[in-house]
Amino acid sequence: MLAASGLTLTAGGRELVRALDLSLAPGQCWALLGRNGAGKTSLIRALAGLRAPQAGTVALDGVALSAMRRRDLALRVSVLLQDEESDFWGSALDYVMLGRYPRSGSVFARDEEGSKRAQSLLAELDLAGRASQSYRTLSGGERQRARVAQALLQDADVLLADEPLQHLDLRHQAVVMRALAARAGAGKAVLAALHEPAHAAQHCEFAVLLYDAGRASLGRSSDMLTQANLEALYQCRLEPAGARSFLPS
Amino acid sequence: MKAAPAVVLALVPASLALGIAFGSVDLAPGRLGEALLGHGDEIAREIVWGVRAPRALAGFACGGLLALAGALLQALLRNPLADPAILGVSGGAAAGALAAMLVGAAAAGVNLAALAGAGLAAGAVFAFSLGRSGWNPYRVLLTGVALASGFGALVGLILAVAPQSQVQGMLFWLLGDLSPAGDPTPALVALAACAALAFSQSAALDVLVLGDDKARSLGVAVPRLQAIAFGCATVATVAAVLLGGTIGFVGLVVPHLLRLSGVHRHALLLPLSACLGGSLLALADTLARTVAAPAELPVGVLTAMIGVPALLLLLARLR
Repeated sequence: MLAASGLTLTAGGRELVRALDLSLAPGQCWALLGRNGAGKTSLIRALAGLRAPQAGTVALDGVALSAMRRRDLALRVSVLLQDEESDFWGSALDYVMLGRYPRSGSVFARDEEGSKRAQSLLAELDLAGRASQSYRTLSGGERQRARVAQALLQDADVLLADEPLQHLDLRHQAVVMRALAARAGAGKAVLAALHEPAHAAQHCEFAVLLYDAGRASLGRSSDMLTQANLEALYQCRLEPAGARSFLPS
Repeated sequence: MKAAPAVVLALVPASLALGIAFGSVDLAPGRLGEALLGHGDEIAREIVWGVRAPRALAGFACGGLLALAGALLQALLRNPLADPAILGVSGGAAAGALAAMLVGAAAAGVNLAALAGAGLAAGAVFAFSLGRSGWNPYRVLLTGVALASGFGALVGLILAVAPQSQVQGMLFWLLGDLSPAGDPTPALVALAACAALAFSQSAALDVLVLGDDKARSLGVAVPRLQAIAFGCATVATVAAVLLGGTIGFVGLVVPHLLRLSGVHRHALLLPLSACLGGSLLALADTLARTVAAPAELPVGVLTAMIGVPALLLLLARLR
């Protein structure tokens, strides 16, 4: 279980998160919602051990992340970052296979097992026909799905995803959300920063709302994703969109 | 271009053989063969084993070290323009060596001064780039480039005030010259050690193309990797510069020749860079010794004249 306690994060003199307590238990799928600049990325980086908090701790089964070796942490926590390098020398499959690094053995051995898993992840993310295509020549949305596949190949107990749906069309938003929800269904803990509350409501049982000035509230999505909460969160009036709003089923 | 590794590996014995077979003195094939086996006349044996073999191996070691350093720096700084000279180490060594020549120091003194200059430059780069959150590649680049141009100015000053009789020796040192190389054993040991250490980090270097944060999240201890790889690159550069002066282009061009031939994984790129860099410098040095024999040309001029067109040609073919 990944647990943050008393977590305080500041950036550029602003308090993003104040004294947050949050536990991601196996099998839970969490949505992380908030306005631009609310601190979603900072929170994910702190939960992944990529950023030291100003106060509080993040611990995995009681062990502080800062006390863990990187390789051990990588076996337990994987993270999809928002800005990942978009240039890569090899194929989509080569790219995804870098997700095997924490489990890789000798550089001389062929990783048949990893290669098989990577192929099936590419298929799950609708990239089966792109495996041998140069990563450089993939479209933005295809690259995003390859990044998701790489993070999934890492096969960690906790999966953190910062805007996993960026660049994706409707169909592939659903493909990625289903892939994340399936990991939670298989006993992993998942947390994804999202911009569309409807995705959160459809796929995530729990939600964290990050308000301005460090305030956050969290709980079951059914309780959190109310019109009043979302209007306060995004600071704008909302109304039901009627028959012209669609989500893939 | 799957043939690249085989071609590079075949170049190693070929380049060394050419370096031993050719020189300012013509040895007939029979005499050469006997001398190689340790028979025949003493002069031929001395030329083969006392002069040409050490010289060919010195060229190989020097080129291998430079190319290895270049490959490591390009991966670490994620910058295709990185080469050993940007560490400031070559510049520091050059300033030290030329200052020693100016005051009339002997060869050992020149080497010592070069080592001191290189150490000073490396220390400064490390001191300015090692922040609280680990290494900062941009600071490495900036510090290195600033130091290199500072040392360049110092070198210019020394050349301007040096007596005419000393300037040619200084120019040869600056352009890269293997004639005073001497025993190549320490450099070969440095090459083997640096290559082995760098090779042990090759999988982590592969992951580093994804950026520091992603590499960390995949389990790479980035500060440790940077310390090992920068350390390796620095030691390799210093060892190469002490042997052959500031030889340019090998460190920049050789890793790119391999990448353009489809070699990207560091488990292959690092050892092949060492082999190709070594072979190309051994070949260039053989040319430097023979084209204008008995005069010798500075080998650094030839590496540029071979390396630059080779890279441009490969770039043009892949357009």
